[in-house]
Amino acid sequence: MSYRCTLGNRRYTFSDLKTLLAKASPARSGDVLAGLAAESAEQRVAAQFALADVPLQTFLTETIIPYESDEVTRLIIDDHDRQAFEPVRHLTVGDFRDWLLSDAATTEVLTDLAPGLTPEMVAAVCKLMRLQDLVLVAHKCRVVTRFRGTIGLPGRLSTRLQPNHPTDDPKGVAASIVDGLLYGNGDAVIGVNPVSDNLSAVIRLLEMLDTLRERYHIPTQTCVLSHITTTLEAIRRGAPVDLVFQSIGGTEKCNASFGVSLAMLDEAYQAATEMKRGPLGENCMYFETGQGSALSAAAHGGVDQQTCEARAYAVARRYRPLLVNTVVGFIGPEYLYDGKQIIRAGLEDHFCGKLLGLPMGCDVCYTNHAEADQDDMDTLLTLLGAAGGTFIMGVPGADDIMLNYQSTSFHDALYLRSLLKLRPAPEFEDWLIEMDIAGEGGLPIPVDARHRLLEYLA
Amino acid sequence: MDKHDLRVRDPWEDLKRYTDARIAMGRCGVSLPTRHHLDFQLAHARARDAVHHSLDGDEVQLAFESLGMTVIRLRSAAESRATYLQRPDLGRKLLAEDARTLSAMVENLQPAPAEGHRFDLVLVVADGLCAQAVEASATELIRELLPMANEAGWRLAPLALVEQGRVAIGDEIGGTLGAEVVAVLIGERPGLSSPDSLGIYLTYAPCPGLTDERRNCISNVRPAGLLPALAAEKLFYLVAEARRRKLSGVELKDELPQLQENLILPG
Repeated sequence: MSYRCTLGNRRYTFSDLKTLLAKASPARSGDVLAGLAAESAEQRVAAQFALADVPLQTFLTETIIPYESDEVTRLIIDDHDRQAFEPVRHLTVGDFRDWLLSDAATTEVLTDLAPGLTPEMVAAVCKLMRLQDLVLVAHKCRVVTRFRGTIGLPGRLSTRLQPNHPTDDPKGVAASIVDGLLYGNGDAVIGVNPVSDNLSAVIRLLEMLDTLRERYHIPTQTCVLSHITTTLEAIRRGAPVDLVFQSIGGTEKCNASFGVSLAMLDEAYQAATEMKRGPLGENCMYFETGQGSALSAAAHGGVDQQTCEARAYAVARRYRPLLVNTVVGFIGPEYLYDGKQIIRAGLEDHFCGKLLGLPMGCDVCYTNHAEADQDDMDTLLTLLGAAGGTFIMGVPGADDIMLNYQSTSFHDALYLRSLLKLRPAPEFEDWLIEMDIAGEGGLPIPVDARHRLLEYLA
Repeated sequence: MDKHDLRVRDPWEDLKRYTDARIAMGRCGVSLPTRHHLDFQLAHARARDAVHHSLDGDEVQLAFESLGMTVIRLRSAAESRATYLQRPDLGRKLLAEDARTLSAMVENLQPAPAEGHRFDLVLVVADGLCAQAVEASATELIRELLPMANEAGWRLAPLALVEQGRVAIGDEIGGTLGAEVVAVLIGERPGLSSPDSLGIYLTYAPCPGLTDERRNCISNVRPAGLLPALAAEKLFYLVAEARRRKLSGVELKDELPQLQENLILPG
């Protein structure tokens, strides 16, 4: 079915729903690279007008990637909750935007609605929204998850402590962990990206992280971000795996490029839940996503990168994850060219994830070949804090010396907590106070040279 | 303590011996002290300058010619840095005009043998994401490689010096020249602590359309990393092995565990 919009004496036609979505998407380099972007600024707005008139129900009948050939589409359609969808069933995409911004869409209403929304509905309304809309609506959403701590409560901001080291040296990793903990970081997860996916190296890191956590009774969870098959093997060998990590995308082919399928994720999810290592809750999966991954794997099927990204969240929510992280600026300028595009994409992903019911965090980041700098990161960081972002990264000095990109620092997390009066997860905040690391509110106090944590590497 | 010093110091500076990560920096309130803030800005400024620095092609050409190489100058289809950064597809192919020039040049060469290749190796040098890396290390690397190549009796093609090139442009060049192996020396994405890193990507039987699993890589070639002389030895060994086994990529890599595999492929 085609879609139309007439502006003055000019008539715009869009051949199908995925073309309409792509042309309505705010400008970004990845859609240009894919040949999907609007050809003029006016065509983009024409597409947005036409998209505003599309009934939400259309997304349940017109699939953008065929049901027969893509298991992510099948997941989206088969798991759709019609009863939850009922309150917005009669709306168009444009009406849906108005409704989301209205007082009718309260926190409770949005929580109940989440299973009734599909990624395409959410991606569509996102394309009609300004940054302030994305911030305001996301801030109304509440997603709370638990493992050893409680993530996502109102007025809280958690951090993933990311202590990467170029040779996976356990002492090098531990030095960054100690630094981060003394800066009040690490309540979402202490998560290491390993240099190699070598099983014994991964197990060595898992054991080091678990020993350190146990020794200081830290109410957090640890993770080595190896491929899911490596993590499953580590579980079989009895390694202490808290969270099972995997990078995922929004199409079956994209997931295949990551070496995963829904069947594999099902198996890993089952193995992770059976361990029952989380005393407070059973959320034990950690996913990472990012706009552009489907295109970079030539697996986008003509769908724009923001919509592909939202479809990845349908995969994520099947497994009730503890954390989902959009690694927004890592992929490079051929997908998100500059600070402006990275900032918008980060807020889009957070909005879409939250609306779909996910504990959404954001790796506020950039590479040296993107047209971006620390000022852009400060802007996204501040806006994400205002939007109620669940967690951000904590990297020593914002400089990841293994992955060679810039993320947010331990200091950045303290900035956001200080500015917006946000606190760490409650269990972690209590621990920080008990350990003489932070005062009331979770902000740091001067640490003594004989602090117990400093004994770890002494 | 100096009463003007408002910093809260971190009494764990000795942990820096375990990692190059930016730890124990202290804080002013919750924020980064000026000195550390400016150190970061400097590292980023250098990395940015490295990305946008254009290759001094004339000087590099002279340096290669002084080693006895014949040099062909080529341009990719990405005509500006901004285009290069946003359109990796254009950086992977030659500008049409330069592709024609290269083909015309090949027609004047002796024909390739019926079975086999016209050249054993073509060296392609491209600015990639960091022209400074080419200027810092490419000449020395080639100076070290040439005696080994000559002793082994390799037939070397003219050296292709490419502006705004990505790795895969070597496939088109190697294919047109009829080379058995192409080695692309290319500037890697600059990191905050390594703004001048050269990567080497080797492909057996190059032709357009090959993908990354067909390549072998030597990365982090720079004065403070893998030294160019050492990289030349590794490259010589890899080219020899690729020619002996008539392949490159994953299967060749398995036999070379000493090579670094922490790669950042510039396209």
